[in-house]
Order: sequence, then structure tokens, then C-alpha cells
Amino acid sequence: MSPRLMKALINGLLIGAAAVALFPLLWMLSVSFMAPGEASALPPSLLPKHSSWANYRELFVHAGMGRYLLNSLLVAGAITALSLVFNLMAGYAFAKLRFAGRERLFQALLGALVIPAQVAMLPLFLLLKYIGLINSYAGVVVPAMATVFGIFLVRQYTRSIPDELLEAARIDGAGEWRIFAQIVLPLLKPIVVTLAIFTFLAAWNDFMWPLIVLTGQEHYTLPIGLASLAREHAQDSELMMAGSVVTVLPVLLLFLAMQRYYLQGLLLGSVKG
Amino acid sequence: MNSQRSAWLFLAPALVVLGVFFLLPVLAALALSLTDYDLYALADIRNLRFVGLGNYWELLQRPLFWSALGHTVYFVAVGVPLSMGASLGAAMLLNSPLARCKPFFRTALFAPVVTTVVAVAVIWRYLFNTKYGMANYMLDLLGIQPVDWLGDPHWAMPTIILFAVWKNFGYNMIIFLAGLQAIPPDLYEAARIDGASSWRQFRHITLPMLKPTMLMVGILTVSGYFQLFAEPYVMTEGGPLQSTVSVLYLMYDEGFKWWNLGSASAVAFLLFLLMFAVTVLMVKLSQRGEHSDGEPT
Repeated sequence: MSPRLMKALINGLLIGAAAVALFPLLWMLSVSFMAPGEASALPPSLLPKHSSWANYRELFVHAGMGRYLLNSLLVAGAITALSLVFNLMAGYAFAKLRFAGRERLFQALLGALVIPAQVAMLPLFLLLKYIGLINSYAGVVVPAMATVFGIFLVRQYTRSIPDELLEAARIDGAGEWRIFAQIVLPLLKPIVVTLAIFTFLAAWNDFMWPLIVLTGQEHYTLPIGLASLAREHAQDSELMMAGSVVTVLPVLLLFLAMQRYYLQGLLLGSVKG
Repeated sequence: MNSQRSAWLFLAPALVVLGVFFLLPVLAALALSLTDYDLYALADIRNLRFVGLGNYWELLQRPLFWSALGHTVYFVAVGVPLSMGASLGAAMLLNSPLARCKPFFRTALFAPVVTTVVAVAVIWRYLFNTKYGMANYMLDLLGIQPVDWLGDPHWAMPTIILFAVWKNFGYNMIIFLAGLQAIPPDLYEAARIDGASSWRQFRHITLPMLKPTMLMVGILTVSGYFQLFAEPYVMTEGGPLQSTVSVLYLMYDEGFKWWNLGSASAVAFLLFLLMFAVTVLMVKLSQRGEHSDGEPT
């Protein structure tokens, strides 16, 4: 095959693949601006005849989407902030502090990764019911405040900080907390950003646990609210597409803005599953 | 010594969270699966009875458990090779020196990964609507009869598999791309001088060099696909005729709809055992060496 033809073939395939990947998302955006019923016409129309914000208005005024959006921001924000603090501290300790049984404990944590989270869900529900956290933001946030993946990521990254730097600070008489806050944390900035985006996206997109623990509409996050709307309004395609846009757009924009950090974290985390 | 104490202080918050909200529940799930914990026990704990392996025994005799297991295995066995194949294909296209606008294509192909499953499942439900969906309209243009994608028990699972491949292939694509970029270019150079065809280069350089990546990606993807839940929950509600009820869907229904928490815990453990066994099998198979295509099934 001539190089010219080869080049055309490869780029043609890439264009085709990108079209398949993006088409559902672009069409979602287009349909969300259509009038009720317009999307169920044959042949399917690609662009709205008269685009309007009516579906979005309907969602926010009557379907409680504003509340879901706020809940999602609150829950994902809280999980990100708290788990960052806990994972950073633990990851740093595993990488740089000396204590008996360090390697064995870390191996045990990694071993726990083979257990799927769903195994814990039924007793976790009973536990949270006992301490009164069912149908509260805390019910979603508290169990997500630390993750083995996050600790692993921080540990891998922190190991590259030279020990001499920390020893020098210790000789100067700095306490462990000051060393962590003033010397280590600034050096960990890239991994902090990476982990923050990763955690926020995962928390935002999480479905099964919030579905179980958030029993009342007033606490629904966007995916739960959207799933329940989809069951009630199965036929209102235009409204549902607008709901999907509201759910997907924030994370998609966040990813586009911070892509480099996200992909870097993906590769770091997969070095050793 | 003092440094020991400060180390434990740094660890304490994370370890307490993981211990109380993960490790403890996992152990409790094992205990729970040996009891008849149900709605009555939820109301009054004195109704709780120890039933030994009774829940497991009953599950193994329930047709619904076996069909849920069958659907899940179908999803994994078809979905994982398709998904990994798409990832590898896309990664090789992106890695080609002839490809243009790589950053754009990489971002475009990765975009579905960061989207919310529920939201994009809602889009697919619309695209694959029998009457006015885009998929059937395209088929119609080609002169093919419409397919009742999500309403026909034979088509519902394939449709969900297509959806999952579309949603997930970008993730492994990035990992494969890094793997491909790590292969020393002189290997290909030498092969070209020896006159090896592109297919032989792929077969004898690319695949063997990617084998470690392949195994890791395979294990992660298989365990991810075994946890099928949100897709059928949104797209089909387990139907039609329960043809898309997965193991986790069964666990959810059993536990949080019927409140048979004992039996649901047994479902969760059986899934865990199966996932563990498959992982061990994949590692063993890859160590056996001459499984050169590296495609775990």
C-alpha cells in the first residue's frame, strides 16, 4: 500500500472513530434545545427548528434539577476535599515515615483492592442506619473519605522526594507536621491536582451507592435524580437530553480543562493495578 | 520512639475510614451471608437466625441466579475482548506516525470515559429507540428491517455491550498508547530491514511487547465488567423478560427491594469468588507462556 493511501486510511479511520465517540454527545446537546415531540419525528432531525431553553427551564423550575445539581456539587466537593487530606497524609506516611510493619500493612491494603466495593454495601447500609446517616449527605461522603487507590497514588509520587530534604529539616528541629505542610505538600502539587480531578469525577459519576443510601428526593445527586426522571418521563426525549447535558457538561468541561493531569493520573494508577 | 507515633497519627484517619467503612462491612457481609437477615430481622434483631450455608445452597438452586450469572458472563466474555480490541485499534491508529491532529483525536475518543453512565445511558436509550431512534433510521436507509434493540430479549444485552464498549474503550486506549510508545523503535526498524510485513511486525513485536500491559488491562477490565449494574438499571430495568438482570442487579433487588440482606450478601460473595477465580486463572494462563495472543477470555 502506498504511504499516501495508508495516511488517508489511518486518518479516515480516526475521523470515523471520533465521529462515533462524539455523535451521541453532540446530538444530546442539539436535541436538548428542541421543542417537545420534535425529537420523535421521522426522519430524526439533527438540529432544532427553533432552539429554545424551554427544556432547561422545565428541569430547573419543575423537576428539581437545581437541587440535584447543588447536591452533586456539595457531595463531590466534600468527598474530594476530605479524601485528599486523608489520602495525602496516609500516602506520605507509607512513603517516607518509618514504622513497624509498614510494608506488610501496605501490601494488605493493596490486597484489599481485589474485593469489589459492592460486597461491603449491604452491611454498610445497616451500619449507617444504626448511626443515623441514611438519606444524608454524610451517608455518601463518609465512606468515601479514604481510598486505597488514592493512598497508592500519593505513595508512588512521594517516594521521588529525596530523603535528605526531610532529614535536613528534622535536624533543623522542624516537627513532622511542619515538614509535611511546608516541605512535602508544595512538592506534591501535581499529584494533588491529579487526585482531586480523579476523585471529583468519580464522586460526581458514582451511581450505585448514592442510589442505595439517598432515599429521599431532597438529597438526590444528579445521576440518581436523572435516573428517576428517566423512569417517569421515558417518552420526553427532549427533556431527558437536557437533563443529560446538565449532568455531563460539568465533568466534561472539567476534564477538558485539566486533561493533562487526568491522563497522567490514569497512567500512574495503572502502573501496578 | 516519637517518629513511630507521628507515623501512626498520619495514618490514623485513612485507616479508620477504610477499617470502619470497608473492612468491617466486608467481614460483616461474610457473617450476614450465613444468616437469614430479612425484613423481620431489620425490624427486630431477635428474629435473626444462623442458617450456615443455607443462602448459598438456595441460590444455587434458583434459576434467576443462574440466568443473572449467565447474563453477566455473557457481558464479560463478549464485552471485554470487544472493548480491548477497540482500545488497541484506536491506540495503534493514534500511535501511527501518519496520524494527524493527535491531541484532538485522543481527546475526542476519550471523552465518553469521563461522562456519567446514567446520562449517556439515557442518550443511548433514545438513539436505540425502536420507533424513532437514529440506529433504526440508519438501518432503514440501508434497507435493513428495524430491530427492537432494547425490547427484544435477544438484542437487549448486545445493545448494552455496544454501549459499554463505546463508553469505556478510551480508558484502555490511553494505557495501550503508553505501552506502544514504550516499545523501542529499533525493533521495528530491524524487522523492516528483514522485510517483515506489517502483520508480522504486529504479531511478533507489538503483541509480545504489550503482553504485560495486556494482562493488567485485561484483569482490570474483566473485574470492571463483572460489576455491571447502572447500564441495565437505566436502559432496561433488567428486562425484557429479565434478560439483562446481572449479578449485581440481582443483589440490589434482593437486598434493597426485598430486604433479604442475608441472601443478597451471599450473592455478593459468590460474585467476589467468581471474580477472584477468573483473575487467578488469567494470571496463571499468562504465566504459562505460549499463550502468545494474550487475549484473556
